[in-house]
Amino acid sequence: MSGVEASRPSIDQDEPPVLEIRDLVVTFAGRIGLLSGLLGKEATSARAVDGVNLELRRGEVLALAGESGCGKTTTARAVMGLLRPDRGEILFEGKPLGRHLQKYRRRVQMVFQDPTGSLNPRQTIYEIVAEGLRIHKIHRGPAGETEEQLVARALTRAGLRPPERFFMLYPHELSGGQRQRVVIAGALALDPDLIVADEPVSNLDASVRGEILSLLLKLRDELRISILIVTHDLGLAWTVADRVAIMYLGRIVETGPAEEVLLRPLHPYTRALLDVVPEAGGIDRPYLTGEPPDPTNVPSGCRFHPRCPRVADGTSATYGVEALCRDEDLDLVELRPGHVAACHLANVDAEAATRTGSATATAEPNGQTS
Amino acid sequence: MGTRQYVIRKIVQAFVTLLAILIFNFFLFRVWSPGDPVSFLTRGQGFNLSLEERAAVIEEYGLDKSTWGQFTEYMKDTFTGKLGVSSFYQGESVMAIFFRFLTPTLLLVGISTMISMVVGIWMGIRSGWRRGSKFDRGSMFFSLILYSMPEFWLGMLLLMLFSSQLGWFPVGGRVSTNVSSMGTLEYFTDVAEHLFLPVLTLALGYLGEFYLLMRSSLLDVLGEDYITTARAKGVLERNVLNRHAVRNALLPTVTLIALSFGYVIGGAITVEVVFSYQGLGLLTYTAIVAKDYWLLQGLFLFFSLAVIAFNLVSDLVYAYLDPRVREA
Ligand SMILES: Nc1ncnc2c1ncn2[C@@H]1O[C@H](COP(=O)(O)OP(=O)(O)OP(=O)(O)O)[C@@H](O)[C@H]1O
Ligand code: SF4
Ligand SMILES: [Mg+2]
Repeated sequence: MSGVEASRPSIDQDEPPVLEIRDLVVTFAGRIGLLSGLLGKEATSARAVDGVNLELRRGEVLALAGESGCGKTTTARAVMGLLRPDRGEILFEGKPLGRHLQKYRRRVQMVFQDPTGSLNPRQTIYEIVAEGLRIHKIHRGPAGETEEQLVARALTRAGLRPPERFFMLYPHELSGGQRQRVVIAGALALDPDLIVADEPVSNLDASVRGEILSLLLKLRDELRISILIVTHDLGLAWTVADRVAIMYLGRIVETGPAEEVLLRPLHPYTRALLDVVPEAGGIDRPYLTGEPPDPTNVPSGCRFHPRCPRVADGTSATYGVEALCRDEDLDLVELRPGHVAACHLANVDAEAATRTGSATATAEPNGQTS
Repeated sequence: MGTRQYVIRKIVQAFVTLLAILIFNFFLFRVWSPGDPVSFLTRGQGFNLSLEERAAVIEEYGLDKSTWGQFTEYMKDTFTGKLGVSSFYQGESVMAIFFRFLTPTLLLVGISTMISMVVGIWMGIRSGWRRGSKFDRGSMFFSLILYSMPEFWLGMLLLMLFSSQLGWFPVGGRVSTNVSSMGTLEYFTDVAEHLFLPVLTLALGYLGEFYLLMRSSLLDVLGEDYITTARAKGVLERNVLNRHAVRNALLPTVTLIALSFGYVIGGAITVEVVFSYQGLGLLTYTAIVAKDYWLLQGLFLFFSLAVIAFNLVSDLVYAYLDPRVREA
């Protein structure tokens, strides 16, 4: 990831979070075939998001990372108020979504993976960027700007200059990177406080990824926009994020400052993910064996245990937590300042560390060798 | 810009297609036709012609010329509307017969297409928007049955029920023989009564196609991210449907609409035969049975022309509606 550097300005931890996700649960009703229905089988519902807690502060970039199908997009859609959670709450500036949804929609904007699909092919760039303003009946900017001036400013901020040149163009006339800039301009027109970006660069050419990421960071720095960025790429998370949340099978299994989570991971799952990131010094050793996770059938105990390398290699048995791994579901525990994880083995390790009084205990039982 | 080139290219394509059809028509009816071209072209009269009359026919159509000479003659005749005379209709010109039968068919197929288009698109939108609802499941079932039922069969069922059994509608024809004064209310209702069952048959027959296409195309569009984006920005559901979803989902339907109108004039052969409705479909049927080649050739040409023209219209409308196509 060249050319992009997270400047990581200090984030006021005392300020209340802009966004708070509390115990979010989203299930999808399973589809059941006619035949199975006649045979009396019941549809198994998929717990796509299964008790997620997250906080995001003003001007902070939070990366939500995890394998495909772990529920990142579903979380993002719930945050956008696009689907109704089965349980839990989304709080924006301390107030639950729901009654204020329309106001909220003005202040929170979404960027998708595929810029081509996110732009209506029959609208001009001007119409696309102005749409938010029109929906929310913003005829004048805060300083009396006209709609046209607001659109031009949003395009300029998104790096499309001179903006007038783009007004009458259609999305298909732009390159992929330019299209994603139009999507971002559409978000910026409304002066949002929060941008939720679901894999915003995965569909772009490698050469323009960096540009789009630096654009997002610039907006964070200059406009103090908070960004929730969904990604399966830990290298990207490392480049842009202040904090990282690792998701596995509908749950957050580890969160903390980016350097903490990515350089000193506590959870075996995070470790396994890092093993395949070349930037993190990982090598191509086989990782994550076992069946891919299935949200219709969440394992008992620690939901990662059927695939956990620490269970497979006997480490968890050595430390006497194997039974817990298999049977005892667990919550996130703060093991280092601001760094939380949900792992029985990491808990034991942290206890040992406190007993020996060593604040910088190596995570030796977790198999860290560096 | 791209738009002009696109339009020019489409028009040129239409002309090339037309030319190909003219050439094919020429070979089919003049060069490859079996036996003596004179008796072939004047079937029913050919064997009774005197030598002078034969010579006149040969002279008129340039049959003594080389193939190339005949071809230029044929092209000239075609473009000046000289399409020959019908043997079945005792020497009436093909052009005149065509126009005599055109209006009833335009009425029948035009009205049916309009009805099935409006109803089918409306049902498709409602169904796709509320996928899985009672309405959706009901209309899906209904449309699949209609879609798979042959039109003549549906026509015969309706005819048996409403005409033979209940006697609500005339059993066939275009207008009753005892109503002669055109333009009166009596004439108008009589024509409408005759139209009702064939229109119903065709409208039901076409309905499924419009419905299924509109429904699936709306479902495709509703899965697009720009719909989610619109919702996330706070666009009202009603406008998500009308401004974003339907506008894009209509695109494939435009093609179907234009193509259906292309088939309007030749499209209803079976239904016109079932209801003995004197339109171009029945005329075609008659021409085939009577081996009236001049007439067939003319009809063939008109049908092709309509299909090509509406294809062109469809391409142009599509380009107007979808900015992506113009560049393609
Ligand atoms: N609309 C839906 N209906 C039923 N199941 C769904 C739906 N959307 C998501 N799921 C299921 O929920 C789980 C989580 O999906 P989600 O799209 O949130 O994953 P993701 O982490 O974004 O994955 P990816 O990296 O592939 O985008 C998956 O098992 C998926 O199959
Ligand atoms: S709790 Fe046990 S199974 Fe789960 S990650 Fe930790 S060691 Fe592995
Ligand atoms: Mg996703």
